[in-house]
Amino acid sequence: MTDPVIIVGGSLGGLRTAESLRRSGYSGPIRVFGEEPHAPYNRPPLSKEVLAERVDHAAVAFPQGDTTADVEWILGTRVDHIDLGRNIVRDNRGEEHSYSGVVVATGLRSRHMDLPAMPTSGVHSVRSLDDAMALRAVLTPGTRIVIYGAGFIGCEVAATAKKLGVDVIVVGKGPVPLLRPLGVQLASDIQARHEAHGVKFFMNSKITRVIGGDRVESVLLDNGVEIWCNAFVEAIGSEPNVELLHGNDVDIEHGIRVDDNLRITRADGTPWPNAFAVGDVARFPIPRFSDRVRRVEHWNIPTEMSRKVGKVLSASLAGSAELEDEITKAFDPIPTFWSDQFELSLLAYGLIDEADRVELLEGRENDDCVYGYFCGDDLVGVCGVGMRSAVMAYRSRVGRKPASAS
Amino acid sequence: MLKIHVDMEKCQHYGQCVFEAPAVFRLNGEDKLEYEATADDSERDNIQLAIEVCPMQAIKFAE
Repeated sequence: MTDPVIIVGGSLGGLRTAESLRRSGYSGPIRVFGEEPHAPYNRPPLSKEVLAERVDHAAVAFPQGDTTADVEWILGTRVDHIDLGRNIVRDNRGEEHSYSGVVVATGLRSRHMDLPAMPTSGVHSVRSLDDAMALRAVLTPGTRIVIYGAGFIGCEVAATAKKLGVDVIVVGKGPVPLLRPLGVQLASDIQARHEAHGVKFFMNSKITRVIGGDRVESVLLDNGVEIWCNAFVEAIGSEPNVELLHGNDVDIEHGIRVDDNLRITRADGTPWPNAFAVGDVARFPIPRFSDRVRRVEHWNIPTEMSRKVGKVLSASLAGSAELEDEITKAFDPIPTFWSDQFELSLLAYGLIDEADRVELLEGRENDDCVYGYFCGDDLVGVCGVGMRSAVMAYRSRVGRKPASAS
Repeated sequence: MLKIHVDMEKCQHYGQCVFEAPAVFRLNGEDKLEYEATADDSERDNIQLAIEVCPMQAIKFAE
């Protein structure tokens, strides 16, 4: 019997990889392990609709078509180890499963504060559907929450909670929220809009203690200010789930290093046969920007990576001549993200954190507009507030020119 | 002939579908999504890709 392709991770990247393998002609067995009990679902609504409305898994589940009807889903099961040399994965019950190909799509987990004592309830994060459903139970009018972390998740949760009548306080380490992903102009505009809706910010601040026994009572800032609250939300970032590859000849520092065909590489840079990583967990180059290797936590990336992996892996397993042709085409996506906070609707392309300066390209500051993010003369990112068609027109222009061309 | 349905209650006009299937989806002058309710079978793969990249998961093939 043929060993299956094993996909480790039952979220967006896992589902899209299964679909892409079928679309690329692979008709053999596919087995997907998912640690969560739920079939793949869409995570962006977790900080918005799932908190604001009484929606359940069915409302956010990805539709699945006929092509993947025969995929074997093993949910509620974590994979503890992959042995790339023996082509075996071991699940958390100790069972071993042989594979013909393996795709790691284990994603991220929420980062947590390193504090000695935390209250036993009232502490929340927003990574999974279960997290979001637990948080929404406390988002009732008149309660007060403190959100630690002023990134996209923190700001989106703040906006959603405020609209529900919750008293919202955001504590962030930087001078303004969303500074790194958006730059100071747009970030300041977003803070002002939040404040106009009544969200309070304590920036340039660290939380040094979360006080309470059975329940959260307050948080203590590093400047000595104590803020009482009914619930506390940690939104201080995430960490890649790479531990299952410990013990292999791989580079898993800050993410799983893959090559420009998304194959997991050895320390010397050569790829392991038929082993791939997709999504937030993978560290990869994007040639249109530079040869810097990075993780990209944007929603379109798992889908784009899965398309590539489906083609390469199915051609490889079939021993097809198309493989040589496919692997000459480097994976080279255009990252994109969006965010909705109050009346503000952002849409961006490119890699904004590559920029060393920001220019207003269209529209007016503090209004609908398009910002351009530049590294030298190269446009490395664009972000629009509204003005969708204008932003989209810049999409194909983001990237770095080779040094020799300038 | 393919039939396409977009749930306009869900659609937030992000325009991601436009890049996958430009013959079917476009943003109008007010940045709102417009689409062809029917398309030739040759568009099937492009529309499938548009369904996948829709952030709101608002697009589907209609019966």
